[in-house]
Amino acid sequence: MSKHSITISVNGTDHSAEVDSRLLLVHFIRENLDLTGTHIGCDTTSCGACTVLINGRAVKSCTMFAVQANGAEVDTVEGMAEGGQLHPLQEGFWEKHGLQCGYCTPGMLMSAKHLLSKNPNPTEDEIRWGISGNLCRCTGYNKIVEAIQYAAEKLQQEEVAA
Amino acid sequence: MIPGEFDYHSPQTLAEAISLLVEHGDEAKILAGGQSLIPAMRFRLALPGTLIDINRIDGLSYLREENGHLLIGAMTRESALEESDIVQSKYHLLADAAAVIADPLVRNLATVGGNIAHSDPANDHPAVMLAYGATVMAAGPNGTRRIAIDDFFTDLFENSLEENEILTEIRIPTPAAGTGGAYLKLERKVGDYAISAAAVQLTMSGGTCTAARIGLTNVSPVPMRAKNAEQALVGQTLTDDVIEAAGQAAAAECDPSQDLRGSVAYKRDLTRVMVKRTIRKAMERAN
Ligand SMILES: Cc1cc2nc3c(=O)[nH]c(=O)nc-3n(C[C@H](O)[C@H](O)[C@H](O)COP(=O)(O)OP(=O)(O)OC[C@H]3O[C@@H](n4cnc5c(N)ncnc54)[C@H](O)[C@@H]3O)c2cc1C
Ligand code: FES
Ligand code: FES
Repeated sequence: MSKHSITISVNGTDHSAEVDSRLLLVHFIRENLDLTGTHIGCDTTSCGACTVLINGRAVKSCTMFAVQANGAEVDTVEGMAEGGQLHPLQEGFWEKHGLQCGYCTPGMLMSAKHLLSKNPNPTEDEIRWGISGNLCRCTGYNKIVEAIQYAAEKLQQEEVAA
Repeated sequence: MIPGEFDYHSPQTLAEAISLLVEHGDEAKILAGGQSLIPAMRFRLALPGTLIDINRIDGLSYLREENGHLLIGAMTRESALEESDIVQSKYHLLADAAAVIADPLVRNLATVGGNIAHSDPANDHPAVMLAYGATVMAAGPNGTRRIAIDDFFTDLFENSLEENEILTEIRIPTPAAGTGGAYLKLERKVGDYAISAAAVQLTMSGGTCTAARIGLTNVSPVPMRAKNAEQALVGQTLTDDVIEAAGQAAAAECDPSQDLRGSVAYKRDLTRVMVKRTIRKAMERAN
């Protein structure tokens, strides 16, 4: 089995490692980097708990090899809060009770981040569509949708203020 | 679950990728979006000794119109179809399908070329491309050749690509005036494969259907055209009776198998319904 020297920028910091070809990106993130905010909820590419951004696009990190992300910029949930300040999406999940057990939350946050980067003012339908690759067994989704609406409004207000 | 062991290559050029395929033969598999292959490797249903990742080859991802065709680079992601103005405004059948393939996360990686090369009758693009009468371009050690989509799918997960060939492009004829298309799929939940789905491309002239192609998803071991249903439409005014006859023809000629998605009888009847609904939607768009 081939081994590869890779460098991946995770939340703005370069990480280099020698990895087996078959190492999945989610295992690299959780085990090599000890960033356990990215979850594993299934073995079938179905749940989205492992969602991260690769060069700004939300993907399932359990269905990509670490070596494929060589040279890429990866964002995980750990990189969302800045300077001790929650990201408006995180604040929205807090304010609107967008989580119960929290297992799906990191993936939801990353999918929502990608959605709002493409579409800063989504309709309710567009939000539901945007998170349709992420399963939640607790909330029934309504609170998650409200949390994302909260964040969209806040981000737009910040934009106007700036 | 962890995939079996393999050697990984990421060539920068198509020529390099083809020579790796020649060198490694049936040991090797192309890695495109990985959204079918990696799950299969994690279940050890696929155990390739060598993976040839074509994601780092420039110039395999594009959507452009040329000489009366839409050219789709093999590495074009499903999400690019959703974001493309050309696709959304002129290729309605393709746009319909792109929105219902898997889920948004999978669509950010999954490729159109991979969807066709995988040749799974449960995948949505095979029926779409059959309905469009698309052409597949394949590059191998002896150059590039074109394969008509009607000759492409040969068996379950099998196609007419040679072991050392890479699918590089799909060409869809630009719809002529009076032509409309649609794709409708019934799925149990977002991200699931179709229980049954129909792809219809129709040309209408003065109220008469002058051409029709219909592809079906997940109701046969090999992606199929519903040729009897097509024949029921061509030369006819599309009255309710004619559309019902086409639906019944499709129900009779498909060949579904029983699984968790339903019984054979249910899937046949559902195919009748899906074909009828899709014909109606394609007709609206043709006018
Ligand atoms: C949860 C989930 C739900 C899904 N739901 C759907 C669905 O509803 N409808 C649907 O159509 N699909 C669905 N898919 C499948 C998805 O669209 C796949 O991505 C697609 O089938 C294969 O495309 P890929 O680019 O990921 O190919 P890969 O997985 O990389 O490759 C698939 C196969 O094709 C071969 N291959 C790929 N590209 C080429 C090429 N250019 N030349 C030669 N051989 C090549 C590979 O060697 C491999 O054997 C789903 C996948 C998941 C994980
Ligand atoms: S862990 Fe479930 S999709 Fe990745
Ligand atoms: S909060 Fe428990 S799975 Fe979503």
